[in-house]
Amino acid sequence: MKEQIWSKKKIRNRTIISFLVFFAMTGIAYFAWQWLYAQPEVDGALKPLRKMLIQNEKIFKPLVSQNNLVKTYPVEKAEKKVRVNGWDGIETPLDPNWKLRVVRKSGDTVYITLDEIKKLPKTEIVFDFKCVEGWNQITHWGGAKFSDFTKYYKLDSETQMEYVGMITPDKRYYVGIDMPSAVHPQTILCYEMNGKTLPLDQGYPLRLIIPVKYGVKHIKRIGSIFFSNTRPADFWAEQGYDYFLGL
Amino acid sequence: MIWSGLLIYYANRVYKIDIGTTTIIKFFPEWFYDALGMRRRLAEGMSLHFTFMWLFLINGIIYFLYLIFSKEYKLIFPHRKALKEAWQVLLHDLHIKKGLPPQKKYNAAQRIAYTGVIMMGFLMIITGLAIYKPTQLNWLCAACGGYEAAHIEHFIITILFALFFLIHIIQVIIAGWNNFRSMITGFETKRLKPKENERTNLEQEED
Repeated sequence: MKEQIWSKKKIRNRTIISFLVFFAMTGIAYFAWQWLYAQPEVDGALKPLRKMLIQNEKIFKPLVSQNNLVKTYPVEKAEKKVRVNGWDGIETPLDPNWKLRVVRKSGDTVYITLDEIKKLPKTEIVFDFKCVEGWNQITHWGGAKFSDFTKYYKLDSETQMEYVGMITPDKRYYVGIDMPSAVHPQTILCYEMNGKTLPLDQGYPLRLIIPVKYGVKHIKRIGSIFFSNTRPADFWAEQGYDYFLGL
Repeated sequence: MIWSGLLIYYANRVYKIDIGTTTIIKFFPEWFYDALGMRRRLAEGMSLHFTFMWLFLINGIIYFLYLIFSKEYKLIFPHRKALKEAWQVLLHDLHIKKGLPPQKKYNAAQRIAYTGVIMMGFLMIITGLAIYKPTQLNWLCAACGGYEAAHIEHFIITILFALFFLIHIIQVIIAGWNNFRSMITGFETKRLKPKENERTNLEQEED
């Protein structure tokens, strides 16, 4: 510590200047906060925050790697009472003649039955399902790998595109997913839970299980799948949430 | 960050302290959310949290680098006798014993507390990243003891920050004007020769 002899006047002046700077900084912080909340919303999020969420996506997306696998658990660890947390898109009665509708790049549509999807190699996964709300649950799912599905149905040029969109048959719930996450080896088109047919409230006949994303992206009761280079609409991203939601 | 963290925590407000089957403390009582109007604001909380995290991260890094390169850390990191001296400071502050060990800018209890806060900031970043990207940074998540453990750690450190802040404010009020002014101006004053020369003061610049 340095010791100096200062006059009372100098001490007073230095004190006043320092406190003025202190109050000015406090004022700036206050008005910056006011300014932030005066900004318009973009898809339910204040514009500067939405910009930052998109920026974060650019920063963290390159981390997504097909080699980074979600931690898996032995089957015994799986929860028997699986939490049901969303009914959007599955409240309308299910059409007994349900078929998965796939829109190709050319615009042609293909209809695929559940039995056809079940013929693809079956992949099972027991992982810690994470909800954006903060809870998590170890759950056991079975189905066809999305990447096996796209290979079998010759959707290779489609998987070169940037996004996959999925919509429920009643069009009330919809998600958009970046392609690296969609073709991740743990992403499955799921038709089984705990070794049995998927229950209705868990998205029978077919739902998405995408462990590299929060639960909101695991759309239940998929009606149609399409591919796009622009962002497909996303139910929760329209209500202020981040679009990417990658884990 | 604490404010937006609370907006997020509301969506899954599950933490409590139990002894046996009795809940001692619930985080948080329902009136708390009503009083601050923080119900059902998860999306807003997340967008705030993931924006302002950069401000705190960058500020933290700059502060830490400054501490190292200016050698100011010598005044903050605990010295060899810190534990023993901190105990004496505690007894003094609780009015159990009189007299304080000699100190430089900060006493031993302050050194331990401030170094602890810096470490808490560091752990906040680590546990935060583990929760944010548990798959892509799975090694970090594992280092924290898993996803749920990282959540709890992040929460506990927040509580500790709030407690630190509370004690800090109380101590500043007790310490008085000269100390508070030094926090803002960076200098502390003391009289050159008590009662003799009112016009000149001796000033200590903190460096």
